[in-house]
Amino acid sequence: MKILVCISHVPDTTSKINFVNGDTEFDTNGVQYVINPNDEFGLTRAIWFQEQQSANVTVVNVGGADTEPTLRKALAIGANEAIRVNATPTDGFFVAKQLAEVAKNGNYDLIICGKESLDYNGGMVPGMLASLLDANFVNSCIDLKVDGNSAKAIREIDGGKETVSTSLPLVIGGQKGLVEEKDLRIPNMRGIMTARTKVLTVLEPVAADNKTKSVKFEKPAPKSAVKLVSPDNLDELINLLHNEAKVI
Amino acid sequence: MSLLIYAESVEGKFKKVAFELASYAKKVAESLGTSVTAVTVNAGDVSELSKYGVDKVLKVTNDKLKNFNAKAYADVIKQAAQKENAKVILLSSTTDSLYLAPIVAVGLDAGFASNVVGLPLSTSPFQVKRNSFSNKAFTITEIESDVKVLGLAKNSYGVFESASSTSQEDFSPSLNDADFNVKVESVDRTTGKVTIADADIVVSGGRGLKGPENWGMIEELASVLGAATACSKPVSDLGWRPHSEHVGQTGKPVATNLYIAVGISGAIQHIAGINSSKVKVVINSDAEAPFFKVADYGVVGDAFDIVPRLTQKLKEFKAQNS
Repeated sequence: MKILVCISHVPDTTSKINFVNGDTEFDTNGVQYVINPNDEFGLTRAIWFQEQQSANVTVVNVGGADTEPTLRKALAIGANEAIRVNATPTDGFFVAKQLAEVAKNGNYDLIICGKESLDYNGGMVPGMLASLLDANFVNSCIDLKVDGNSAKAIREIDGGKETVSTSLPLVIGGQKGLVEEKDLRIPNMRGIMTARTKVLTVLEPVAADNKTKSVKFEKPAPKSAVKLVSPDNLDELINLLHNEAKVI
Repeated sequence: MSLLIYAESVEGKFKKVAFELASYAKKVAESLGTSVTAVTVNAGDVSELSKYGVDKVLKVTNDKLKNFNAKAYADVIKQAAQKENAKVILLSSTTDSLYLAPIVAVGLDAGFASNVVGLPLSTSPFQVKRNSFSNKAFTITEIESDVKVLGLAKNSYGVFESASSTSQEDFSPSLNDADFNVKVESVDRTTGKVTIADADIVVSGGRGLKGPENWGMIEELASVLGAATACSKPVSDLGWRPHSEHVGQTGKPVATNLYIAVGISGAIQHIAGINSSKVKVVINSDAEAPFFKVADYGVVGDAFDIVPRLTQKLKEFKAQNS
C-alpha cells in the first residue's frame, strides 16, 4: 500500500498570534513551527500501516524552503520519503490542486490529511483534494483499518460516531483519535540521522487559480476585566448570569 | 440569481443551526436584492422555515439519502444551486456541513470560506470575516470566484424570525451510484443527553476535579442548566473522560452562549477552543489561573464547595423562574 500524508507547517499551539504590515501578514517573529497536530495523528497512523502492513509512506507539503525542517521531522519519525511543492500556500483550493497533482502522479492508495490546519482553519483541503481526485473520502476520521482494497473507518459526527466501509483509493481527513495521543512519535537520534539521507524531492507547482484571498487580519477586541464573585455570594453570580449576561 | 441554503436536519427534524442559517441568509439576500431558497433532505415538515425568511424550499425525499452521505448530499446541493442559478451557497459549520461544503465548492468551481462570523463586510468585492488561528484571530477573506460557498460559524449570528410565505417544490436530483461508495455500517448517536454540538451551555471540568469519580457534580450542574459536559485535554489524556468531550485547539471547538470552566487553569490551547463562547465563567482555587484573564465572571475557591452549592441555588432559581 502506498500512502501519501499531507503535512501542514503551522505555528506551535502555544504561539501568540500577531500581525505586521498593517495587519496584512502573519508575524513569524519568534514563532516555532510544528507539524499540524491533526496531520501528526495521520502520520502516526501511516507509520503504523508501514510497520504492520509494509506500507510505503510519503509525506508532502506545499510551502517554501523554510518548511523543510517540518518535512525532515516527518522523515525522522519514519516516513520513507518527502515531497515539497515549492509554492506559498495562499488558498485552500490552490493547495488541494497541488496535492492532487502529486497524488495522481504517485498512484497512492491512501491519502491522509488532517481535517483542518490550525492556522487558517479552512477545513477544506481534504474534501477538495478527494473531489479533484474523484476518490472516496471520509472526514473527521477517528479510526481507520485497511484490508486489501477495503477500508473501514469511524468518523466523528455531532453527538456520536459513525462506522463506514469503503474502498481504496481513499482520502481521509483525520483528527485526534486516529491514534492515541500517547502513541504519537517523537524522533529519536537514529531517526534524525537516517532522515538526513532520505529523499526530499522539490517539485514546482502546477498552474492553479486562487479562489479566495486573505486580505487582512484582526485580533479579538481586548476583554474587560473579570468580575469576581465571592464564593459566599453565589446568588450574585446567578443574578449576573440572569440579569446582566442574560444567558440563564 | 438566488441564494441557496442547505437546511440541515437529523431524523426529519431541523437542527437549530438551520434556523440561524436561514436568518443569516435572509439578511444577506436583502443586501444582494435576491431571495432565499432552502434545500432540504428527508426533512419531513418544512413549514418551520417560513418563520425565518425562506422564500422557497426544494424538498428532496429519497430513501437512498436516509443516512448522511457527503458526496451524494453535495450532489444534491450542487444541482439545487444550478437549478436556482444560486451564486451564494450557505451551509452551517456542523461536522456534516463541513464535510460536504468543500465537495460542493469543487463541484461548482466556487471559492469556500468556513467559520464565517458575521454578515459580509462587502458584497463587491465579496469579503467576509472568519475565525482563524484557532479563534485567536479573524481573517478577512475575499472570495474571488463567481459562485461563493460560505460556512457560518455556530452562534455567530443568532436566530431571528422574519415571516414569509414559503413555496414548496419537490426536487429529485439525479444521483450517481459512485456517490454511495462510502457506506454507513452503523451510527452511534448519544441520546437523551445534551451534546457539545447542540448545547447552548457547556459545563467543563479540568484536572482540578482530581479524578473521574468526582464528575457527578459536573454532570449535576450541567443537568440543572440543560448543558453539555466537556473537559480539558489533560482530563481526556488521563482517560477520566472520553476524547469526544475534550475541548480545545486540538479537540472540539465550543461556541456556546455560556461556558463554565471548573478546575481548569486555562492553557492557551484550551482558551483557543472556547474563545468564541459569549460568556465565560471560571471557578478555580488559584486566583492567578490564566483563565481569569479571559473570563467574564469568576469565583476563586474550592470547586468541591462551590459547585454543589451553585447547583442547589440554580435549582431554586429554576424552580422560581419556570
